[in-house]
Amino acid sequence: MAFFEVKDLSIQFGGLKALDGISFELEKGEVYAIIGPNGAGKTTLFNCINGIYQPRAGQIMFKDKNIRGKKPDKVAKAGIARTFQNIELFNNMNTMENIMLGRHLYMKTGLFRGAFLWGKNSFAGKEEVAHRKKVEEIIDFLDLQAARNKLVGGLPYGTQKQIELGRALALEPELLLLDEPCAGMNAEEKQDMIFWVKDIQDELGITILLIEHDMNMVMDISDRILALNFGRPITEGKPEDVQKHPEVLKAYLGEDEGECAA
Amino acid sequence: MVDFLQMVLSGIAVGSSYALMGLGMVLIYKASEVPNFVQGEMALLPIFIAFMLLSTYGVPYYIAFPATLIFALLLGCFLEFAILRRAKEPNVLGLIIITIGMEMMLLGFVSWKFGADQRAMPFPISAYDSIVIGDLFISTLDMLTLVVALVIMLILFLFFRFSKIGVAMKATQQNENAAALMGIKTKQIRMVTWGISSMVGSVAGLLIAPVLVEPYMMWDPMLKGFAGAVVGGMTSLPGAVFGAYIIGIVEHLFGGYVSIEFKSVVAFAIIVLVLCIKPSGLFARHYVKKV
Repeated sequence: MAFFEVKDLSIQFGGLKALDGISFELEKGEVYAIIGPNGAGKTTLFNCINGIYQPRAGQIMFKDKNIRGKKPDKVAKAGIARTFQNIELFNNMNTMENIMLGRHLYMKTGLFRGAFLWGKNSFAGKEEVAHRKKVEEIIDFLDLQAARNKLVGGLPYGTQKQIELGRALALEPELLLLDEPCAGMNAEEKQDMIFWVKDIQDELGITILLIEHDMNMVMDISDRILALNFGRPITEGKPEDVQKHPEVLKAYLGEDEGECAA
Repeated sequence: MVDFLQMVLSGIAVGSSYALMGLGMVLIYKASEVPNFVQGEMALLPIFIAFMLLSTYGVPYYIAFPATLIFALLLGCFLEFAILRRAKEPNVLGLIIITIGMEMMLLGFVSWKFGADQRAMPFPISAYDSIVIGDLFISTLDMLTLVVALVIMLILFLFFRFSKIGVAMKATQQNENAAALMGIKTKQIRMVTWGISSMVGSVAGLLIAPVLVEPYMMWDPMLKGFAGAVVGGMTSLPGAVFGAYIIGIVEHLFGGYVSIEFKSVVAFAIIVLVLCIKPSGLFARHYVKKV
């Protein structure tokens, strides 16, 4: 059984087949990219995996359990975290608090123990310290020290993307879904993001499912690629093969490209 | 001068119960994005339960009041779970109508079960004793209301700042999708928010009840609390409190210096004024999303 597997996944909105029979498998520890033109169904696929949309048909197997139809919080609990294409942070909180919220699943202190048992050696105190340490590690890992106590709403776009990545890492996921991590970034920020994604794969051993339009990044970091168009898979394989596939070129460059050249 | 201070003091005292109602409304507005017109009746039913426990069954205060608040918590949770959540893809207008419907149901139920005559609830301290501070008078009940309101605000502050559920609530209010993906059970959180709001409102109700118990008793505090919340910006808890105190004080000053007959109307004149000058409310914070 594969580590993560999507089988024949389909979802319709009205008459529109947003996803139509998508299947792929992920090995543990690999970076798997999904590419395709706008409207191909990439983000829809992520939303289905996360449980934000409820697909009608197909299976999503994660560690031999079917997670299709589970609610978002259950999916998070199973070990899948994600970032968004358009940043979805808690704007009125600072960076620390945002990342701390990623630890929500691991916090055990209830109202009573939190309210009445104080001090460093109490259960609540120890737990708080442990979580804060973990968050500091993530802040160090992503170089977010300067932003730690600032409200995230006012921070630069690239930094917000980093914070979102940090928040997802705080969940200690086994599978990380990245929805266009490089969108809207400048060259330098992109380069940093590529390093971090590689580090996440190598050092933390997290499997990554990635949506990205920046072909340089995709070719650079992904082990395998799936190309989608109009909700249907076009091809799957190694980056260099996918890049040369005629259908992929057609989807990206347009139908008439061949005729014009000829 | 003494008159003036006396009026301000009374305004603050009466503003405290408005503040509690306003807090309840803001909590729900932030969670479900609907002005909650059932806020008053969510407190009304628990008050009548308390009234029944105290006067019919002779239950002691120290059991009746906590029992009432727990009932209020369950009632709030129930309304959200059983009615509001069932609405299929509602828009704001639909939600408002739902809250008005719930309000009528509860009001009708209370009138039918307990009758509409005016009564007063037995209470540990008298509503007609006063404390004298210098030249100023404040009734012990008003004093208690003031203190209780401040304590509840402190508890709410600590709750949202430090507790796991409180932080989860804040997160859910700010970005529901992202909160769900952090493993927060957003639906459950919204339900609990309704419960807490109902509890806060019921505390206000319990502090009004020693003077008057009747089915329409919560209308005025609810509308004034709503007015205060709108003045404060509808999305800010300190704003709602501040707005409610402004309404309470201005109302009393207006009643004292201008016209006692139009005292109740002044709250709504303030709303109009604030909405003309700063439509988002005095305390609303806006973060423009950068793209």
